[in-house]
Amino acid sequence: MIALIDYGAGNLTSVRKALSYLGATVTTPRKPSDLTSASAIIVPGVGNFEVTGAIGPDWRTAIQRHIACERPLLGICVGMQWLFDGSTEAPSHPGLQLLPGLCRHFTDNLDEHEPVAGEITTLNQSSHFKVPHVGWNSLHLTRRSWLLDGLTEGDQVYFTHSYAAPVTSSCVGVTRYGVEFAAAIEQGQVGGVQFHPEKSSDVGLRILSNFLHRIP
Amino acid sequence: MLSKRIIACLDVRDGSVVKGVNFEGLRHAGDPATLADRYNREGIDEVVILDVTATIEKRKALADTIEAVAREIFLPLCVGGGIRGEDHAAAAIDAGADKVGINTAALSNPELITTLAKRYGSQAVIVAIDAKRENNRFNVYVRSGQQGTNRDAVEWAMEAAERGAGEILLTSIDQDGTKEGFDCKLTAAVAESVPIPVIASGGAGSFDHFVQVFTEGQADAALAASIFHYAEHAVSDLKQHLSDRQIPIRLQKPRPITSQLELSD
Repeated sequence: MIALIDYGAGNLTSVRKALSYLGATVTTPRKPSDLTSASAIIVPGVGNFEVTGAIGPDWRTAIQRHIACERPLLGICVGMQWLFDGSTEAPSHPGLQLLPGLCRHFTDNLDEHEPVAGEITTLNQSSHFKVPHVGWNSLHLTRRSWLLDGLTEGDQVYFTHSYAAPVTSSCVGVTRYGVEFAAAIEQGQVGGVQFHPEKSSDVGLRILSNFLHRIP
Repeated sequence: MLSKRIIACLDVRDGSVVKGVNFEGLRHAGDPATLADRYNREGIDEVVILDVTATIEKRKALADTIEAVAREIFLPLCVGGGIRGEDHAAAAIDAGADKVGINTAALSNPELITTLAKRYGSQAVIVAIDAKRENNRFNVYVRSGQQGTNRDAVEWAMEAAERGAGEILLTSIDQDGTKEGFDCKLTAAVAESVPIPVIASGGAGSFDHFVQVFTEGQADAALAASIFHYAEHAVSDLKQHLSDRQIPIRLQKPRPITSQLELSD
């Protein structure tokens, strides 16, 4: 059973439809203890980081326990940002702090992060970039990954966001929009995508399928 | 690099696509879900369902249409036409729309933009502006282009962005239906003034019209209806045409979708 966390961050219809198209059974847990029987967790999200404040302490503990048991989790959009320390969009709401670094607005500096090998250190800042970053952009695959398995360099996916996560060692896919940001992350059984796989046609379905394949 | 988006508009009345859909090889040519599926396979980037009836009794039919299209395609889906308030927007989003387009209601009640942006996020709120050239400016029209407002399109687009709109869908009334090309001056005037993406609409008749609106017009996306309805492979051919002219575009690569069962070791 896949638990799709409903914490009021937009509608879950699209994610649910894409997963059921791929043959997965999805439920929405009512209370944190429901997560003990979950084979996988999906933290969706769209809109403002502040909504993650609705994921209370009991939910956090249940999710942390799930991750500690090495069971798969996928964060989508704000759900991925939530895996980091937090976001400047809502400084009073800490993230899960599984991954280091803060998510920042595109017009802020994104370059305060630990450098990774081969990364371009001089970020090309430009005021000509419209925010939110809406549309299809390319994924640059940075290392071998179960989440992005089967994708090819430059495959395009659908983004819609104004804040972005830093490129850290957990990053498996980088996208450039004025700055480079983490488009996909992976740490153990935890995956995260800034874009919307449920809205990214065949490429997105492949990523969701890769996640489902991770479930024992 | 961020791609320029090609958006197909389905004008829907009572559950069927109108504007004279006429192409071979489809059993249900006027069926929105069938048409959306075809566009998806050809590489369309986004789909807009425009409800051209939009009367109260027909809204259930619209919800069914949205659900049917959302079942077929895994692409961004916007719904517009007759969204008068929060309830209509909520019904469209609950049925599977990712974004709603508001036009007349946004002008008569600009607070609606902010209300919807707070509830669903700015990315879900598209303000549609219909503009017409009058006295050296672009005048905003409402009620499907029937009623002038004495508002300047550029100024209204800026206000909409400030109030929380995530994108502007800009239609030239002068060009709409002419197939003589987009109004690039109008598009550029708005695109230069707002910090959010602008979708150009009205007048697409040839592939080069899209080239013009992405270069001269500085549009982030372009929307069309009939140019795609009539010709087979129009979407993929258009995208190749744009890509050949160095316009950043997403080219569809054929890729078999692997189901969970097939993936199992």
